[in-house]
Amino acid sequence: MSIFDKSAFKFSHQHRLFRTSAISNGQIVQFKLSDIGEGITEVTVKEWYVKEGDSVSQFDSICEVQSDKASVTITSRYDGIIRKLHYNLDEIAYVGKPLVDIETDALKDVASEEDVVETPAVSHEEHTHQEIKGHKTLATPAVRRLAMENNIKLSEVVGTGKDNRILKEDILNYLAKQTGAILPPSPKPEIIPPLPKSETAPAAPKDKGTKIPIPISKPIVFAGKDKTEAVTGFHKAMVKTMTAALKIPHFGYCDEIDLTQLVQLREELKPLAQVRGVKLSFMPFFIKAASLGLLHYPILNASVDENCQNITYKASHNIGVAMDTEQGLIVPNVKNVQVCSVFEIASELNRLLTLGSAGQLGTNDLTGGTFTLSNIGTIGGTYAKPVILPPEVAIGALGKIQVLPRFNGNGEVFKAQIMNVSWSADHRIIDGATMARFSNLWKSYLENPASMLIDLK
Amino acid sequence: MVIPSSLKNCFQLFYVLKISAAGFKYTANRGLILQSVSSDVYQNLAVEDWIHDNMNLENRQVLFLWRNSPTVVIGRHQNPWQECNLKIMRKKNIKLARRRSGGGTVYHDLGNINFTFFTSKKKYERMENLKLVVRALKGLRPQLDVRATDRYDLLLDGNFKISGTAAKLGRTVAYHHCTLLCSADRFILSSVLKSPYKGIKSNATPSMPALVKNLFEEDPTLTCEMVMDAVAAEYARCHQIDHRITLINPADEIVFPGINNKTKELQTWEWIYGKTPKFSISTCFNMVYEQSLLEVKVDIHVKHGRIEVCNIDLPEQWLPPAMCNELEKNLIGSKFCPSETTALASALLRICPQNYELHSKWSLLCENVMTLM
Repeated sequence: MSIFDKSAFKFSHQHRLFRTSAISNGQIVQFKLSDIGEGITEVTVKEWYVKEGDSVSQFDSICEVQSDKASVTITSRYDGIIRKLHYNLDEIAYVGKPLVDIETDALKDVASEEDVVETPAVSHEEHTHQEIKGHKTLATPAVRRLAMENNIKLSEVVGTGKDNRILKEDILNYLAKQTGAILPPSPKPEIIPPLPKSETAPAAPKDKGTKIPIPISKPIVFAGKDKTEAVTGFHKAMVKTMTAALKIPHFGYCDEIDLTQLVQLREELKPLAQVRGVKLSFMPFFIKAASLGLLHYPILNASVDENCQNITYKASHNIGVAMDTEQGLIVPNVKNVQVCSVFEIASELNRLLTLGSAGQLGTNDLTGGTFTLSNIGTIGGTYAKPVILPPEVAIGALGKIQVLPRFNGNGEVFKAQIMNVSWSADHRIIDGATMARFSNLWKSYLENPASMLIDLK
Repeated sequence: MVIPSSLKNCFQLFYVLKISAAGFKYTANRGLILQSVSSDVYQNLAVEDWIHDNMNLENRQVLFLWRNSPTVVIGRHQNPWQECNLKIMRKKNIKLARRRSGGGTVYHDLGNINFTFFTSKKKYERMENLKLVVRALKGLRPQLDVRATDRYDLLLDGNFKISGTAAKLGRTVAYHHCTLLCSADRFILSSVLKSPYKGIKSNATPSMPALVKNLFEEDPTLTCEMVMDAVAAEYARCHQIDHRITLINPADEIVFPGINNKTKELQTWEWIYGKTPKFSISTCFNMVYEQSLLEVKVDIHVKHGRIEVCNIDLPEQWLPPAMCNELEKNLIGSKFCPSETTALASALLRICPQNYELHSKWSLLCENVMTLM
């Protein structure tokens, strides 16, 4: 129902339409509430789909009324502009009395009382095609003309209007697809399963975007509209958190880890965990190794106050795991990793993941974190530049595990399972050397899991 | 992977729909009986939408039989907070759906049968449909005391409601659907249909609580399959059509082009919660903090499922006023939803002074505010 579209119609079709009509230009028509059946005389107005000033097309929904357990959608018989709504929400409306005033356009036809399903005058073959699909195609006469002009079968166009009506945009989109023009991405984001991801790494670009458009004879009108909405709720809170985060001077440190031995170890341990009812991923190992490292470099598990005047070394290692959910990026944490076994961490992770995907995480799970790991690799990517989550001072982003050729001690090439890690730390209190040493220690635990055994608490 | 029998059903449906769309006066095929193979409420509601939007019902009628896995279904203009216990539903994984027809709230599970009668708007007649169901039941078990009331309910033994009705009228098509309690879980039914939320002021359509009973309790030999078959047979007899039930898969885009979009729309938060008519919650609750009892007064206005106005009255200086204001300000525009509120509150905690006492007070307050949702 965009004003732009309506004026486009007027310009291109004024000279084509040829009708004699008793209705003069811009006349206000009182659209009365028609008979609903079952002898009903009054209904309650429950929702307005239009407001004064909106343009409506024939068959657009105007409002929803309710009577005795029946919900009725009232649709417009006219094309035009809504000039007056005769009732407020929850008021009683009467059958036979005016519901809305519509200013109609003189050159457009008015639909008759009896709604007739339109069957377009097309070839017999197309008629049959429509029957096979088994549904009537709804479209205004102007849209049908546009389709015919462009040799488009209405049955092949998916309607996105109300009641699956085919709109002008649908014809244009169909045309654009046919000629290979680049289409704008759909407004709804893809539903990604709840996996932890870093908030800064973008997804890899798809091939679709690099197609070269084939020149066509008719100019295509792009019918998409910008959509502005307020930033609210959780996203508003994230804006505040990220603004505070970027006040922290970040420095980055990256490295690559050879996980060949860990991959094998996990394969052996997976069935054991399965028997106990727990799914074992790589994260519990990463988390435990981080905690062991933090015992040697407690400054990475610390917090500074607002003016960086005091530093608090946190006793508990509450390691956060970034999770992508319907809300957005949330970071539940595993509490007291320093006293948990790898299995206990895995079990707790399972619990947090299940609650996270059901939107049932509690405040206790989401607060109190001291250090964070973000597994962007499950979605893709290698290196990242993660943003520290205040009041923490460090964060690690883990890339995907790739099989790459590496040299062993004898100078021979072998297949190695390589993962990249990107750390960010608060440069006001953490220096490069500390971060590097922590990373090396973490790396050594993971590259040689047996060494974790000696230091396990 | 196409199984021959489903292909056959597809072709039968095509054939039948083809005849209908051509507008022939094909009297032998004036009706269709469909039964869903899915127990997903959103898919089944999408079938109703699809038939309403796409089928030509000028000269034909359709009966649609369906059952759902545990779900609470509210009417088009109802308020889920007023109608059901969302907390229990979340814990027990019982879904919430909003249908497009009016009426009240019902509990569905596999022991509750849904019948939808599709007709043209002119032929919309709820009482006739209910009489049909009563005839079918009496045909099965003549001793059953079942009758329709003028509120379009079906009562067993004069006292117990076994069926509720709702309807949707569009431009040319109308449908009337009703439930039928055969062997539903009455314990869960009564616990989820009782709202724990206090202080709600709203113009949403209220439900009328009623005593219910299962047909199975009256006659244990009755099963859902028998009842569905009996109603289908009576429908076939009335409309002089084949007593053949066509099984349909609501996820089949070939038979129902565009249906998956309808299913998705019915599952969105904007539809299920966002369509709740404007309402307000004015209530107070008590919190216990370190052996002292605190009274908190809350006034929240919700529109389109989002918080429009938020006032939280705390005992003086219990929490720095700036912090309380921050919470109120950030809740405005946010979804009236516990997971959104938890995520929001936890994120905000990151940027306020890092003080154990403040954090635990904040968390306590947020947990309590969430119990209103």
